[in-house]
Amino acid sequence: MNVLLDNLALYGDGLLGTVELTVWSALLALALGLVMAAFRVAPVRPLRAFGTAWVTVLRNTPLTLLFFAVLLGLPRFGLVLPFTLFAVLALGCYTSAFICEAVRAGIGTVPTGQGEAARSLGMTFRQTLGLVVLPQAFRAVIPPLGSTLIALAKNSAIAGSFSVTELLGVYKPLNELGYSIIWSFVWIAVGYLLVTLTLSALFNALEKHYGVAR
Amino acid sequence: MSAALYDLPGPRARRRHRWFGIAGTLVLLALLGWVLVLLFRTGQFTAAKWTPFLYQGIQDLLLTGLANTLRAFGLAAVLALALGAVLAAGRLSAHRPLRWACTVLVEFFRAMPVLVMIFFIYVALRAEPLTALVSGLALYNGSVLAEVFRSGVHAVERGQGEAAYALGMRKTQVMVHVLVPQAVRAMLPAIISQLVVALKDTSLGFLITYEEFLHAGKLIAANLDYDLPFIPVVLVISPVYIGLCMLLSWLATWAARRQRRNPRVEPGEVAAPEPATLRTGDHRAHG
Repeated sequence: MNVLLDNLALYGDGLLGTVELTVWSALLALALGLVMAAFRVAPVRPLRAFGTAWVTVLRNTPLTLLFFAVLLGLPRFGLVLPFTLFAVLALGCYTSAFICEAVRAGIGTVPTGQGEAARSLGMTFRQTLGLVVLPQAFRAVIPPLGSTLIALAKNSAIAGSFSVTELLGVYKPLNELGYSIIWSFVWIAVGYLLVTLTLSALFNALEKHYGVAR
Repeated sequence: MSAALYDLPGPRARRRHRWFGIAGTLVLLALLGWVLVLLFRTGQFTAAKWTPFLYQGIQDLLLTGLANTLRAFGLAAVLALALGAVLAAGRLSAHRPLRWACTVLVEFFRAMPVLVMIFFIYVALRAEPLTALVSGLALYNGSVLAEVFRSGVHAVERGQGEAAYALGMRKTQVMVHVLVPQAVRAMLPAIISQLVVALKDTSLGFLITYEEFLHAGKLIAANLDYDLPFIPVVLVISPVYIGLCMLLSWLATWAARRQRRNPRVEPGEVAAPEPATLRTGDHRAHG
């Protein structure tokens, strides 16, 4: 208990770092993922190919390798940004591939008849998509989106090893200060549980509110 | 895609799509060209940075790294499968305390970042890097696999278990001879996909100085004698890593496709008689 009370500020900073990293990367991943999903269902072949390549490559890239390449590689191009921004870039791009697949699968769950009915009523493409297909897809997308974002929160731990302020990195100063390692890890674990359980509660609530039993 | 997003394009739409296509290709090519120009301008293709890969020692270093990665993956995969089977059996057990204990374990390890576990085992328990990496991966992937196995067993048609009980089989017999074989078969793609995750996560060993592939790359990249060939190292390492993972992912899709053809796992999907209009995504492979 002492470890936590004596170093509340340190733990607070770490937790805040993790939350910030998660939120910014989630925003980037959602935006990129939506764009890529749009590319993947687009009628234009080069865009579709690009979306597919993006998803296939990023889904099969180890995140550590991506961090390695982005955080240590991009500075060689003269692109010098704060490490946190690089971490957000790496996490966001990586997660966007999974979000893209979740969204695409969500669009796939909308029965064909819905789109066909909308079109036969004379709705334009924008109306079909915006008023009929996407609202239904949104409901199916909530659960996989939730697990993707929880995975993102957990993956943010990797950033700690690349000198970004983050919860897992807290153990190092504590270790040097001579606190019990086991207890400092217990509180780190509690911190991560806090983040992941909050996220899963949030998405359960969303699902309860918007989800519809089919 | 089963949603009809757009009509079959007419001549005007096709022309528009072609323009979009050309514009998109140009933008992508420009991006690619820009990256290449940057690479050349920062001198990433100089001989000094690439000759090291011709040296026997460097090649050996990389191959040892790759072997270490594969060793960690093999150990982690076997242990995770075993642990997953045990935890799933526990969660399906009729004894309440056992069920609860396994549920708590599975939920805890699934909610924890795998890196936290690896660091805990490495720093707090003072384990060897390989031990820490393998046990962390096994704990995490084992718990995820336990859930996969469990949902697989639940997904087996209820009549199967009931019929087996009616034949006088015991609980264990029903599980071993009837439910598990069918569950494993149905869950094979999910199991392989989880193994891809394990393979990707072996690269976390880099962070605890386990001498795996990425670590070997780092050693070469940090060498001043070779003019710090960082980008070349990334260009060499990533295709191998990504290729390995893609191979395994491809195996998962292959298993899924095979299974969809198999009438014993799932009643075969009868293709709906659809008009040939309305969809442009049809020519692509489903799933």
